[in-house]
Amino acid sequence: MEAFGISSVLAETVASSAEDLGLLQILGMLLGILGLVFFLGSAVGMIRFPDFYTRMHAVGKGDTLSTMLMLIGFGLLTMEDYSIVSGLVFIKIMAIVLFIYITSPTSTHVLMKAAFEDNHMPLDEKDLKKRKGEKK
Amino acid sequence: MIEWFAIIVGAILFFLMIPMFYRIWVGPTAYDRILAVNAIGTKTAVLLVIIGTLFERVDMFVDFAIAYALLNFLASVVVSRYLNRTASLKEMEEKAKGAKA
Repeated sequence: MEAFGISSVLAETVASSAEDLGLLQILGMLLGILGLVFFLGSAVGMIRFPDFYTRMHAVGKGDTLSTMLMLIGFGLLTMEDYSIVSGLVFIKIMAIVLFIYITSPTSTHVLMKAAFEDNHMPLDEKDLKKRKGEKK
Repeated sequence: MIEWFAIIVGAILFFLMIPMFYRIWVGPTAYDRILAVNAIGTKTAVLLVIIGTLFERVDMFVDFAIAYALLNFLASVVVSRYLNRTASLKEMEEKAKGAKA
């Protein structure tokens, strides 16, 4: 029963500072790096795409997926033992993941609807040609 | 090991936020700016969890992250509804002017 006490968990957390990477930690690190890669794609799309709707295509998807992956990865990283406390923290992090899974596409949809009803039309080929001519 | 991983990931995350700041600075329309603010806010929730991992108090920082994600969603929806409302109001004004003329 001592393994489930809070004080012993804290003592273990302080003691296990390094060099004991379990399977969960390695999996968490991989998920975090994968999330960074997706967020890199989102950031590059934010700079290089020409239009509001294409930027929203890059950010709305890449941001959601990278946030979910990084949160799951850090939730796995913090599970140093299989006690109740770290399980509760992991459940809370999964609650954030569920929340973002619902709300991030919703906010993207609302923004896009607002822009479309504001007569903010997507670019067509004429505008792209005009923009290329301006740059040259 | 875990601490260094958290520090490096947090730093990379911060540097990847700079393109979003660029889009806030030069964004041609207001919608680009709201989109960038939304993305930064979502990433700030992740950054809070990373800071909690650094301080080894994830149980406390997770609550902040939940509150921040909620506020971020609310702000984005409210601002887009506000812009939508002002756009429809503008249209109504133009229609009224056309009817008078």
